[in-house]
Formats: sequence, C-alpha cells, structure tokens
Amino acid sequence: MNEPHYLSDLAPGQRGTVRALGATGAMRRRMLDIGLAPGTEVECLGRSPAGDPSAYLIRGAVIAIRASDGHDVLLRSR
Amino acid sequence: MGLTHTSTGLGAVDGGLTVMRRSPSDRVIALAGNPNVGKSTLFNALTGLHQHTGNWPGKTVANAQGYCERKGQGYVLVDLPGTYSLLAHSAEEEVARDFLCFGGADAVAVVCDATCLERNLNLVLQTLELNPRVVVCVNLMDEARRKGIHIDLSLLSQRLGVPVIGTVGRKKRSLHTLLDALDQVAEGTTPTPPPLRYPKRMETAIAALEPLLAPHCAGRLSPRWLALKLLEGDESLAASASAFLGVELMEEQALAACLSAQRSELASWGFDADRIRDFMVSALLSAARRLCCGVVTFDREAYDHTDRALDRLLTSRATGYPIMVALLAGIFWLTIVGANYPSQLLSQALFWFQDRLTELFTALHAPDWLHGALVLGVYRVLAWVVSVMLPPMAIFFPLFTLLEDVGYLPRIAYDLDKSFRSCGACGKQALTTAMGFGCNAAGVVGCRIIDSPRERLLAVLTNSFVPCNGRFPTLIAILTMFFVGTAGGLGASVRSALLLTGVILLGVGLTFIATRLLSATVLKGMPSSFTLELPPYRKPQVGKVIVRSIFDRTLFVLGRAAAVAAPAGLLIWVMANVTVGEATLLAHCAGALDPFARLLGLDGVILMAFILGFPANEIVIPIILMAYLAQGSLLELGSLESMRQLFLANGWTTLTAVNVMLFSLLHWPCSTTLLTIHKETGSWKWTALAAALPTAFGVVLCALTTALAGAWGL
Repeated sequence: MNEPHYLSDLAPGQRGTVRALGATGAMRRRMLDIGLAPGTEVECLGRSPAGDPSAYLIRGAVIAIRASDGHDVLLRSR
Repeated sequence: MGLTHTSTGLGAVDGGLTVMRRSPSDRVIALAGNPNVGKSTLFNALTGLHQHTGNWPGKTVANAQGYCERKGQGYVLVDLPGTYSLLAHSAEEEVARDFLCFGGADAVAVVCDATCLERNLNLVLQTLELNPRVVVCVNLMDEARRKGIHIDLSLLSQRLGVPVIGTVGRKKRSLHTLLDALDQVAEGTTPTPPPLRYPKRMETAIAALEPLLAPHCAGRLSPRWLALKLLEGDESLAASASAFLGVELMEEQALAACLSAQRSELASWGFDADRIRDFMVSALLSAARRLCCGVVTFDREAYDHTDRALDRLLTSRATGYPIMVALLAGIFWLTIVGANYPSQLLSQALFWFQDRLTELFTALHAPDWLHGALVLGVYRVLAWVVSVMLPPMAIFFPLFTLLEDVGYLPRIAYDLDKSFRSCGACGKQALTTAMGFGCNAAGVVGCRIIDSPRERLLAVLTNSFVPCNGRFPTLIAILTMFFVGTAGGLGASVRSALLLTGVILLGVGLTFIATRLLSATVLKGMPSSFTLELPPYRKPQVGKVIVRSIFDRTLFVLGRAAAVAAPAGLLIWVMANVTVGEATLLAHCAGALDPFARLLGLDGVILMAFILGFPANEIVIPIILMAYLAQGSLLELGSLESMRQLFLANGWTTLTAVNVMLFSLLHWPCSTTLLTIHKETGSWKWTALAAALPTAFGVVLCALTTALAGAWGL
C-alpha cells in the first residue's frame, strides 16, 4: 500500500501523525478545536456506508471528516 | 449587571447575558463544557428544570438560566452552549466566551466527559486563562468506569490548581460535592492556578503588554489573557473588552504603540495571526496531554471496543442503511401495535362519558344549542384528539428519545452526509430532519448546529417535509383504515409499519429533492466543510426517558392540540348549525373549497380541516369527522372501522386516502413551526417560502395522482 500523505489517505485501521494543516480560515480553526494540531496521532476507524465521510479517532474522540477536508491535513512520513 | 446581548452584537443568538438574580447574595455559576458532555443533564439535576437533553452535540444553543437553593444560599446557574474552545469561531463560542469574560460569574464549573478527558481539558485550560475561579467537573464517571477508564481526580486537581470533582450527572450526592467546591472558589479560598506557558517570543510580547493592560483591567479581567487576544488580533474581543472596561483600549496611545510594536516584532519572526493561533492551540493541546499523563489510565487497550463494534454494525456499507430503515420501521411497528388497544379503550371511555354528559344536559333541561355546542362540538373533538392522538404520541416520543439518548442520531448524519452533500447540503441536516419527526419546530431550532448559513437555511426550509409527531397518528389511522384493514393482528400491524416507513422514506426522498432544488436556485453555493463528533454510546436511562418524554413533551403537545381543538370544535359546530340562505355555513365553506380540493383528489371538508388545523395538525382528522357527522350522517363512532364507514359514506376512495396522506405529509407547516422559522431566519420572506415549498409539492403531487388515476379510469 502507498504511504499515506493526507488524512484522507488513511485506510480504516491505519494510523498517522499530523504534520501540518493546509486548511485556512474557519475550517483550520475547526480542526484545531477538535484537536487536529501538528503532532497529533490519528487513527482512521472506518468509512460511512457511502464511502465518505470517514471516522477518525482524534485524542480520544471520534470525529467524522469528509475526504475533501481530510485532504487538507498533511501527515508525517514514516 | 454585565452586558446585554444587544450591546455586544449577539442579536443572532438569544439567551443573552443578563443574569436574573433573585437576591443580591445569590451566586452566579456558569456551566461551561464541550458539546454533549451531560452539561444540560447536570443543569437539570441542579435546577429541576427540563432543558432538552440527548446524546448529540449542539442541543443547547443559547444560554439557559436556572435557580437552585441550598443551605440558604441561592445560586443562579447559567448553562452556556457547548463549545470545544473559547477562541470564538462561532456564535455559540462567542456567547460562551463573552459570558465567562463579562458575565460576572462568581464561579465556573467546566463540565468534562470522563470518557474523553484529554480533549475536554483544552476548554478547561482556556477557561482558566480568562477566569481562574473554576471547578472542573468530570462528568459521566459511571460511563468511564464501565469502559475501564480510571481518572485520578486528586492528581488532576493538584496539577491544575483548582478543585476537580467527579460527578454522575443524575446523582444527588455528587451535586452537593460540586456545589461545595463552587462555594469554595467563589469565596476565593482555593489557590490560583499557574498560567499556561507559550513559546518564548510570545511570552516576551505578553510580558510587554501586560503591565499596560493591568490598570485598565483592575481585577475584572485577566490582563495576561487580554494581551494574548490583542496579539492574536481578535478585534471583536478588543471592542467588547473596551465596552466592558469602559476604556477605548485601542485609543490608549501607549498601549496601541506597544501592541503594534510587539505585533510587528512577532511578525518579523514569522508569527502572523494564524501562526500565533496555531501556537496557542498547540500549547493548549500539549498541556492537556501532559496533564492526562498518569491521570487517566485504561484497564485495557481497547476500552472502546463495544463502541467500535457498534459503529461497524451501524455504519458499515452492508448494514448501515438496512439497520437505519429497520429501526425506523421497528419504532413505527411498536407505536402502531402499542397504540391500538389503548386507543380503543380511551375512545370507549370518552364516548361513554359523552353519553353521561348528554344525560346530564337532558336532566338539567339545558337548551339544545348549549348541548350541541359544548358536548357535540367542544367535547367530542377533544375526545377524538385524545383517543386518536395520545396513544401513538405517548409511545413514539419515548422510543424516539431513547434512540436519541443512546447516541444513534449522529450516526444517521454520518451515514447520510454524502447524500445530503450531493444536494449541496450538510450531513447534519439528517440530524435536524430526524428531530423533525418529534416536532418540526424543534427540528428548525436544531438547525443552529449547522455552521454554514446557506446550509442552515436549506435545513430550515425543508424540515417540514418529514411528518412530525402530530401528523403520524393521521397517517397511521388512514393507513390502517384503507390499506391494511381494521381487523388487526400481527400481519396487519407489520404491514402498517412498513407502509408508514414507505411514506416517511417518500418524505425523506422529497427532502433531498427540495434541498437540491433550493440549492440549485435561490440558495446556490458549494457544500462547505463538515466535522461531526460521533459521541460515545451511552446506556439510556429508560425509566427517566419515559417519564420525561410523557410529561415534558407528550402532555405539552397534547395540551397545545387540545387548546386548539376546543375552539375548533365549537367553530365547526356553529358552522354546521348556522344556516345562511339554503345551506349551513359549513356547507358554504366546504362548497367553496370543493372545486379546488377535487383537483387534488380531496374534498372541501378535508381541505378545510387542513386549513383549520394550521395551529396544530393533530386536529385535522377530528375536524373531518366532526364535519361529516354534522352534515347529517349520524353514526356511533367507537372504532376505526366505523370511522372508515363514515369516510366511505362521504365518498372517500383509495385515491382520497392516498391524497390525504400525501397532503398531510406535504402542506404548510403548523403555525408554531412557521413562527419558529421566522424567529430563526429573521425574515418573513424565508418563512413564506418555508410554507409555500411543501404546499407546492403537495398540490402538485396530489393533482398528479388524481389526474393519473382519472386517466386510468380508477
């Protein structure tokens, strides 16, 4: 499997660490609010029946994020 | 006392900041917390009030106030909207933050969810920065224990420097401990917590600004925090702080000069507003992580094993949608089966009582018109409303509330987000649509959880495409009479439930179409971003849910329906008995509406009933019955079967039944809903559209079925 570069690349069960946020404005702040800051470890838990959005475990809470928004979250390479 | 919401420009969110003390010695306690941490449950337990609670984020959208008294000390409790942070990104966050800054609270209880403490500590740390009189209330300790999560409360308290109390939202004992701790901090007997540290360059800038701000703050606001906000460039806060302190901060020359020097110094190191905010958030998050280390321990790695398994079941590709439909059908089935017998019993009892009333009137030699108006008019309609509407409501409301309590509703939003997005809307609209099943007005208020104004309007305008609780009994009665048979039995109830589910799915499908139509025309735009928390599942409080939903919701809704039904009954009776020219008023009105109603496959009486049912949809069927009976065909109405005979005698066909259901699903929302829409949108134009849109759908669909049926010679 290719190495995930973005949050939206994570397959269910896969983990990653946030490197940077590409989003600006309201979405950036929303992401910081839910704890998606650089250095945060994230696990993809699954996808909704239609394939999008996906559910992520972020600092102990489960948050649904759409692929289009998850594409703005860069992950650290391993 | 504090600022009013008009003076801080928060007109969009009601609730405001004016605290109502009963006596000057009352303590003002603010309840802050992340969304969905049981804050409202705690608030209700403390105040004995019944703020709506349910396991989904965003129920409390404005400040609510309550009062409680203990050992002679009065407390005014202010339930702030649930927020993840106080960085004031949304109206709710601004309400919460401004109250904490300027509301003059004597103490703040920050309520946390014990099952995800780390995330919640972010808000605790932010609150501490602006108001150190904090008690941390770690709620849902029972849920955490069940999941094998242990929290060392005294270690956390030691690290934070403020009292930390573990609570179980509904237990009285833990509430006393909480109030004791709040008394302590209000009296100033706890140590001040150490401030959170930021990167060195930011600290230098803060240190330069702080002494200039301190004299203005005069102990009413934390100068350190204000310095931080000014560096971040939060202009709305600078304005409201100026108003609060009575000093135009930006016009203080020394301060303004220092601020701009510090900001350009920071900018030269690459610390622009975005970076500063990132550093603030990172500092908060890593502080929260350090705090939790050693405080929170797990029995096993997979402490959320059950939740994940449930999520896999409820949101997987194979089972997500089928379970959603099955749950809906199951709830309807229970409602239909459960309501059947009580309904008959109630109607027998109430009509037995009507006969006794008639005997009484005869014995008293009361004039015929008085008996007619009061017994055949007012009482009879009331009896129908109660017997036909009460049992399904009393079953559906608690069942629905249980589903809400468990935490299933956000999963529906998660499952349906893609469909809503393809209509240009937001998945949270699924939540507000689901709320609409209970009550469309509540659904409309719930739309505040949708951040984008455009998507919120879409949800508001289409909310009444799903039938509310006041319309379910109408649908159930007609389905049973015309499509299933009134004989009863298991097969019949299952068929009713499935048909009703079909009708609801039609409503949901039309919601999508209407949403799509709106976002292609008057509400053009791209779907915005979306984050939705899927909260931990919670064990529902079955007993409490049943009691609460019957007393708070069912009886309230029934009371409203009855209040409308009584005058409507009287009106119908008068109309049926006052003759103008050749015919009664009723016949005139029904006759006038008849030609148009016929185009829709209805008749004048039915259309009139829908018009008179504007204040409460519950009375539509009773009015139809009343009007038919008043027109002469006297029948003893004890059961659905005799009701069916009455309808058939008045020319109903299968087509009529279909169209009555369609029109019940799709017509103007009730007056309460429309007033709520006006309050939420602040515009009569949108309110009118909210009424016109479903009506147009209903008229077109009914006319279409009628025309098609005519063409096929049905």
